[in-house]
Amino acid sequence: MARVAVQTAPFDIAAELAALTAGRPDIGGIGSFIGTVRDTAGERKLTAMTLEHYPGMTERALADIVAEAGRRWPLLGVTVIHRVGRLTPGEGIVLVLAASAHRAAALAATGFLIDWLKTRAPFWKREHFADGSTAWVEAKAEDDAAAAAWATTSPAEI
Amino acid sequence: MTKLRILYFAWLRERVGRAEEILALPAGITTVAALRQHLNARGPAYAALAEPTVRVAINQAMAGPMTAVGPGDEVAFFPPVTGG
Repeated sequence: MARVAVQTAPFDIAAELAALTAGRPDIGGIGSFIGTVRDTAGERKLTAMTLEHYPGMTERALADIVAEAGRRWPLLGVTVIHRVGRLTPGEGIVLVLAASAHRAAALAATGFLIDWLKTRAPFWKREHFADGSTAWVEAKAEDDAAAAAWATTSPAEI
Repeated sequence: MTKLRILYFAWLRERVGRAEEILALPAGITTVAALRQHLNARGPAYAALAEPTVRVAINQAMAGPMTAVGPGDEVAFFPPVTGG
């Protein structure tokens, strides 16, 4: 039911959708989130981004997050693919798909999965700027707030 | 031997100057907090370990200052995560 992958290769959204829904006519809605590399960081022009992760723990953390989503919503399938390595503006970084019989659970689970992924899965981004310099991205308070909001929101309220 | 495998990630790896090391666990060190203090005292390269934002995982699960540390454990130090 769940597919979790950490890979350097690009993901194929159409192929992932087809795999998620194959043989599952009970699915009535699929929520999706695709994160991409922006070409700016604040005022600065970005040329690339490098993503580092903690092999082993990352896959385990993603599986835990997917399992938690499965406890909160009646999901019929989940796909989480996160890329690592060097990525350039416009490229996909992360794909989240959540399938359910109805849209409310699919959309809510998609939001939950990306919010928790951003604050709980061990990935780190390094930005490469047009002037040749680089900087590690700092964690954002609003990401923590978004993830924390799910801890106090029961599925029934969504 | 009572050994620990220690991993460092992202800017912490750069400051410490290595991605991993094997540490002979000194007697009396039984918690994350004690281990962090011990490593921090090794020199300026390890000063970053004192930063309060630095996270710790034991055997690939998030840990707190009082989490137990023992022989054979894999201990990872890293900054707050920024994926997605």
